[in-house]
Amino acid sequence: MTLAGISLAYLRARPLATALNLLLLALGVATITVLLLATAQLEGRMGRDARGIDLVAGAKGSPMQLVLSAVFHIDAPAGNIPLADALALARNRAVKKAIPLALGDSFRGYRIVGTNHDYPAHYGARVASGRLWSGPMEAVLGAEVASASALAVGASFAGAHGLGEGGEVHAEEPFKVTGIFASTGTVLDRLVLTSVESVWEVHEHAGQPAGGKEITALLIQYATPLAAAMLPRQVNATATLQAASPAYESARLFRMIGVGVDVLRAFGLVLVLAAGLSVFIALLNALEDRRYDLAVMRMLGAGRGRLMSLMLFEGAALALAGGAAGIVLGHLLTELLGRALGQARRAAVTGWTWQPAEFWLLGLALAVGLAAALLPAWRAYRADVAPILAEG
Amino acid sequence: MLRLSGIRQRYGAKQVLALDRFAAAAGEHWLVLGASGSGKTTLLNLIAGLLAPSEGEIAVGGQILAMLEGAALDRWRGRNVGIVPQKLHLVSSLSVLDNLLLAPYLAGLSSDKARAASLLEKLNLKENSKAKPHQLSHGQAQRVAVARAVMNRPKLLLADEPTANLDDAHCEQALDLLQDQAGECGATLIVATHDQRAKARFDKRLELGA
Repeated sequence: MTLAGISLAYLRARPLATALNLLLLALGVATITVLLLATAQLEGRMGRDARGIDLVAGAKGSPMQLVLSAVFHIDAPAGNIPLADALALARNRAVKKAIPLALGDSFRGYRIVGTNHDYPAHYGARVASGRLWSGPMEAVLGAEVASASALAVGASFAGAHGLGEGGEVHAEEPFKVTGIFASTGTVLDRLVLTSVESVWEVHEHAGQPAGGKEITALLIQYATPLAAAMLPRQVNATATLQAASPAYESARLFRMIGVGVDVLRAFGLVLVLAAGLSVFIALLNALEDRRYDLAVMRMLGAGRGRLMSLMLFEGAALALAGGAAGIVLGHLLTELLGRALGQARRAAVTGWTWQPAEFWLLGLALAVGLAAALLPAWRAYRADVAPILAEG
Repeated sequence: MLRLSGIRQRYGAKQVLALDRFAAAAGEHWLVLGASGSGKTTLLNLIAGLLAPSEGEIAVGGQILAMLEGAALDRWRGRNVGIVPQKLHLVSSLSVLDNLLLAPYLAGLSSDKARAASLLEKLNLKENSKAKPHQLSHGQAQRVAVARAVMNRPKLLLADEPTANLDDAHCEQALDLLQDQAGECGATLIVATHDQRAKARFDKRLELGA
């Protein structure tokens, strides 16, 4: 026999109202949890992918598209740039490091990126088995590509033209797997890396005009902070190149997504508040049914404060249970969402991580539950026992 | 044991109870008789500290009730006064056993499961210990209410109209039950009723509103 036991007995005595309140609270909290987890992971992932890349130089067009295609590998590139112009830019004194990227083909939906060894080194990638590419038509698979394709070191595969699945297959120019990267938690896991020359080779044999040699983009790290003020303008002044800042473009992207996130978050809050209102009404109704019980408890020796804490405890217990269920539900939904997105091989999210903000969410649920219980608790505190016992 | 002096109880301008002097010794069984509206329930509420008198002093076992207030008064009542209200008022969402255990818990005493079990046994309620109050007959519910009132071995046992709506046989049983249980814990028993059938069993009687 404890205060908690009595509260729970009352909650059990009204299973329908209790279940409704739990459901409302859980749905609201789950909505906010999904948003918390998904945006935090997306931001974290984009931050890791763009780390250390100060500027991207590529074909003229939309700077957002350039960043999405060359840094996050989730959009098609606008076009290619002449190799000569890229080399000239790489020699600029303001450039500390310049990594070339040649895009155009894919393997089962995963991009084949022609680059040099600086690119995996930039992400701190470790070769888990085999070695880095060196000769023509050698390739190293990212961790996710390797596990999805089940290709081992020494196996061969053919790239397909274009970046989606179902493009024309370059069957006469197979790649040979020389190594597999350990997982890095970055975009590298979903890429196939090879040399720029191998990408050229595939396309020359596929009968495309060689013309001047081209690459798709150049990832640039500044030599000095001053370069940020000068280099983008220089690049944009050339006839063929445009510069885009990953930091600026991803912030712009998040501002656009942010509106939708804010709307959903407000929706979650409305659900939580509606749940609070429902708990309030349920407790107030319960108080009406329970005025005799509360009077009897006073008769049996419980002080006014005891009755007040009984009502508050009930609100808090409902809120905490609903909040906890909501957080669990949110994690499950996020995991399901991540798996659904994983099918499309895009920035996948997982439900099996924690955000410190979830404790605040639990605190919010608790505050709502206590607020809802406050008036009923006050009424229980104020009730005059003798007349209630006499009626009946 | 129980001493009331100069009691006046008013609601607004209306006086509902006037009692100049009343005293009961430990272990005595008293009947408070009076028509409805004569202030019987008010008197019980005053003795239990559920109401404060407009005038006068009440002492129970040496404790002057006016000296206690708030949670201390509630706690004193829980430990010293057993009450069987007319409407019984069992807690509907708790089992019979938990209704009994509620009494020591709310009075801040240690949980005495053995006492609860022996009371249920003695009052022939053993089979019903897990039942909810709405599953009980009126007689069973009344026995539970009495058991709850004597759980903490009170000095004072108060019963309000315990024989209302009972036939003669059940009327006798209800009064037997109260007198037996009061006797077992040596409590002073005060039964308030307008039921003339109870008169024969009590030699100590207080008539109100004559």
